[in-house]
Amino acid sequence: MSNIGRYEDCYKTFDWSIAEKELNYQPHGVINIGWYCSDRICEMGKGDKTALIWEGLGGAEKRFTYHDIRRASNTIGSFLKGLGIQPEDRVCLFMDKVPELYLGVLGILKIGAIAQPLFSAFGDESLFVRLDNAKTRAIITQKKHAPKVRKILDKLPHLQFIIIVDHDGKAPLKDREVVFSLEKAAPVEKIEIHPTLAESASLLHYTSGTTGLPKGVKHVHYSLIAQYMTAKWVLDIRDDDIYWCTADPGWVTGTSYGIIGPWSLGVTQCVMDSGFSAESWYKFIEKHKISNWYSAPTAIRSLMKAGEEIIKKFDLSCLRTLASVGEPLNPEAVIWSERVFGKAFLDTYFQTETGSIMITNYLGMKIKPGSMGKPFPGTTAVVLDPKTYEPYPEAGKIGLIALKPGWPSMMRTYWNNEETYLKKFKNGWYMTGDRASIDKEGYFWFVGRDDDIINTGGHLVSPFEVESALIEHPAVAESAVVSKPDPINMEVVKAFVTLKAGFTASADLDLEIMNFIRKKLSPLAMPQEIEFTDALPKTRSGKIMRRILKAKEWGEEIGDTSTLEND
Amino acid sequence: MADEMKDIVLKYVTAEYLEDDADPIGFDTPLISGGIVDSFSMVSLKRFLENKYKISIPDDQATPEAFDSVDKIVVLVRKFTQA
Repeated sequence: MSNIGRYEDCYKTFDWSIAEKELNYQPHGVINIGWYCSDRICEMGKGDKTALIWEGLGGAEKRFTYHDIRRASNTIGSFLKGLGIQPEDRVCLFMDKVPELYLGVLGILKIGAIAQPLFSAFGDESLFVRLDNAKTRAIITQKKHAPKVRKILDKLPHLQFIIIVDHDGKAPLKDREVVFSLEKAAPVEKIEIHPTLAESASLLHYTSGTTGLPKGVKHVHYSLIAQYMTAKWVLDIRDDDIYWCTADPGWVTGTSYGIIGPWSLGVTQCVMDSGFSAESWYKFIEKHKISNWYSAPTAIRSLMKAGEEIIKKFDLSCLRTLASVGEPLNPEAVIWSERVFGKAFLDTYFQTETGSIMITNYLGMKIKPGSMGKPFPGTTAVVLDPKTYEPYPEAGKIGLIALKPGWPSMMRTYWNNEETYLKKFKNGWYMTGDRASIDKEGYFWFVGRDDDIINTGGHLVSPFEVESALIEHPAVAESAVVSKPDPINMEVVKAFVTLKAGFTASADLDLEIMNFIRKKLSPLAMPQEIEFTDALPKTRSGKIMRRILKAKEWGEEIGDTSTLEND
Repeated sequence: MADEMKDIVLKYVTAEYLEDDADPIGFDTPLISGGIVDSFSMVSLKRFLENKYKISIPDDQATPEAFDSVDKIVVLVRKFTQA
């Protein structure tokens, strides 16, 4: 029997107080995620249990018990306090998936500061806009990433501390840089946990918007209630499980289910901090006897591409629960996983803004390959008519996925951008920006985004951000960025570019522009294809019509072109 | 010829994918599994090889394994330059 039991019964009777009681949380009382994920587990008598098995390049391994992560997060929190970091100050974590990243999040939360994890592959421009928007006071990073911070330091007067966790003394420290070494720091046995309340800010995750700069999604400590419950009931985490979430904590899955969910449940989790290869992933599962595996469609499709012969080299019988997130999982992948692992990947759906899984498949429930599944208990999800913003009364109609506000892990605002936050609501519903239909049995079926945002490998990329960066290249006059289909990443970035006088399209220029964006923004934002063109389709008022370019890429009807210039 | 190609690829990877003060890499340093070049960036590395050596590498051969070190990349490129 799975943790959730019979879905229909749970959905009817569910109340979030179930999670509050299990976590011994008293309404209006103190709730601190850092404490819940370490000290509480130790107080439950599980301090000597392994909390984290970390594996780096070349098989380097580190293990931490719950006592270890309690002390390490105390030590990091204490160090930050010593620097003068105050509650609600933003502290960015800009690191690979090293232990300091995971332990640092807990340490920051314990002192009441706000953790702002950012993907370490971000280029200096992506990093700058996020640190500038959050007025981040300190950044914890590795020496390999410090040069990107140095490049933008002059423009960031609020950034007082650059904390380097692996300084080897070979090069001198530069402006505002300080050293912290978890291995050399004196362990702090006890720290005063900041008495954060349900609505105290915890995390700031940045997400891309169709227009404008990336938005800082503010989460609060009460999100724990939903992250705990969904990790238990969807990922089916049990006390003796070994859990692996492949997501990077630079993205919401990596914190909600790579830190908070598993550690609030007191389970042993594994982290692999090296690049992808099918062989190394299967080896990792076999070696650590992973029972619960939470991954992404891009990775699953890459594993499919690697073939089935390689799977036979490994004993993967330890796997019990497989789940996927980030973008819709295609039916072929579900059917493939049933055949090769004997278990279907459970597709799960949520967003940075929702903080926890909203619509999902469950163990024990009939799986319809390609379906998103059904709403999590305590969640009201509907498909709205885009004209009236009222739920469709009948099944099968394609509309806008909307959620009834009020679940514990819902974002509380966009940082310094309440206006955009308020626009996310219509008729009392939170608008996800995604389209779907619901079948007669209540299963949701994903159709696509309702805007121009590109979902590549489960990560959202703003066309506006890429276009803005493209025109900073000396050869580019104008640009339009759209998604194009991709068999592995579902969508990838494609750019249409017009050149300034004196520049000629060439293979070398194409590569130069690709690398320009990769370094400035991130590898995810790098156009995988650039099409040089003489002109871009525009409205008579001069607005670029991405819709026309996108329709061509996807082989869809172009639609109304009455406003097209020169039509 | 192979040695020259190795040097060119190593120099390109170092210049494009490593930060200025990163530790130097060798011909056998794991690039993809070592997290130096991610799967998205692999596309630009493939494009460089195609431009430089006037070849076309089919997508099904541009695998993380085939791109995992300078040594392996050179083996892959030579398959097409000798064809």
